[in-house]
Amino acid sequence: MRQKGSNQAESVVTFEEVGLRYGRGPEILQDVNFALPAGSFHFLTGMSGAGKSSLLRLIYLAARPSSGRIRLFGQDISRLPRAEMPALRRRVGVVFQDFRLLDHLSALDNVALPLRVAGARESEVQKHVPELLSWVGLSEYLHAKPPTLSGGQQQRVAIARAVIARPDLLLADEPTGNVDDHIAMRLLYLFEELNRLGTTIVIATHNEALVSRFNHPRLHIERGRVERV
Amino acid sequence: MLFFRRRSDLPLKDDATSRFLPWLVALMTFLSAVSLAGVFVLGGVIERWDRDVSGTLTVQVAPAPGNAVDSEVRTRERVEAAVRLLRSTPGVLSAHSIDKTRTLQLLEPWLGDTALLQDLPLPLLIDVTVDPSKRVDLDALSETLKASVPGATLDDHRVWLSRLVNLSRTVEMLALSVVLMIGGVTSATVIYATRTGLAVHQEVINVLHMIGAQDSYIARQFAERAFNLGLAGGLLGLALAAPALGMVGWAARRLEGGLLPDLSMPWTGWVMLLVLPWIAALLAMVTARFTVLRSLARMP
Ligand SMILES: Nc1ncnc2c1ncn2[C@@H]1O[C@H](COP(=O)(O)OP(=O)(O)O)[C@@H](O)[C@H]1O
Ligand SMILES: [Mg+2]
Repeated sequence: MRQKGSNQAESVVTFEEVGLRYGRGPEILQDVNFALPAGSFHFLTGMSGAGKSSLLRLIYLAARPSSGRIRLFGQDISRLPRAEMPALRRRVGVVFQDFRLLDHLSALDNVALPLRVAGARESEVQKHVPELLSWVGLSEYLHAKPPTLSGGQQQRVAIARAVIARPDLLLADEPTGNVDDHIAMRLLYLFEELNRLGTTIVIATHNEALVSRFNHPRLHIERGRVERV
Repeated sequence: MLFFRRRSDLPLKDDATSRFLPWLVALMTFLSAVSLAGVFVLGGVIERWDRDVSGTLTVQVAPAPGNAVDSEVRTRERVEAAVRLLRSTPGVLSAHSIDKTRTLQLLEPWLGDTALLQDLPLPLLIDVTVDPSKRVDLDALSETLKASVPGATLDDHRVWLSRLVNLSRTVEMLALSVVLMIGGVTSATVIYATRTGLAVHQEVINVLHMIGAQDSYIARQFAERAFNLGLAGGLLGLALAAPALGMVGWAARRLEGGLLPDLSMPWTGWVMLLVLPWIAALLAMVTARFTVLRSLARMP
């Protein structure tokens, strides 16, 4: 489902000899090669500071590689004109490690953003957003502003915002870092449900226990290199 | 519905801009309204003067010096030269000399029996009709006449009036450029305020971009906000300017019949003043949109 006419239908993301450094600092990532097939589910593991967030940032076009080539939905992102970024980004849902919710908007309006930005009708917004928020257990917090929510609640709002528009690719950066185990499991089931519907998923986490409970392939970062485990 | 009421993802309502921009636009609208009212009133006055200036006028040709016979011949030559010159001037419909008998008839009410004057060297008159739809530069015509036909002068009063019209037109242009400058200052302020807003809300804008917002989506929010602030300011400025202008008008009407020409403003002027707040709002909106699009396009 939804493998929108790319010539490399099998790969949603491809890294070829990618290197990354911030400014004149050391190479955070070096010689990274991997491909994520459409419809796959991967964990991205590594110790804190290994470069998981950095790698995700490369995929969602918030950072540029200092060397190598990245293809997203078959398009070379280093040659992507600015005007074409929004269309690509709309196909990618991101759960940021620090959530990046808009504090002045209610949970409902935060989750509605991807729909509104894409020009969805307000009737659709009012139908789907409360539905999803109650799925993640926040039906009583539709109109709460993020600063009044707990860390775990904010995280669930962030996840709802990332998945509301049914992205082709979901990137989640430590999406279970602030929640109890049973909620963490529930969120992972949500991701699996999405995956069954065709979304390619990458979840960065340093929670080994959680990873071992699922039977999904893993990309492991260590000393700047990425290996399949 | 006067104002945009669409929801906004950016918390622009609490910005400092929201507080100072309407006041600034109000002041600018007030100044523009006063300047524009001046332009329109002056325009009306000029038009009336212009009508007086155009139409018919008179050229006097002083008698040439010399003995009576000589003088008469040379004066007649001068009149003919003046008539030729007038007829070849663009905008002059007709020019013909008034003969001596007719001139004397014209003088009769003042001088009584004109038989005595028959032999006096009287100035001769030329009756000139100009096309009222074209503006003939009387000042220039007067100069040319004086230079090419000795003793010929154009009716002084008309020349003076024509100079006054020219002066008024200069003042009119000045007032209009003041209005344009006010527009420029308003625009510059909106640019500054918008850039500040972009910097203050950079984090939110960043998130919107990551979620897939186009630059135009973000620009629209700034533009609608600027429109609302501009319109609020414009209406306030108009609310202040209207009574002020009304009072000036009332004071002027009390003087009327005296020295001052009619100082009423044509209806087009009132329409223009009523449209002014919307012009201010549109200017603010377009400027904000343009500023956001340009600033965002420069981002990596
Ligand atoms: N914006 C940045 N500027 C400079 N260094 C950074 C930046 N972001 C991350 N780093 C550095 O890159 C390394 C990897 O960080 P990160 O990708 O956040 O790791 P992880 O998400 O695996 O904990 C760390 O050493 C961190 O200090
Ligand atoms: Mg991280």
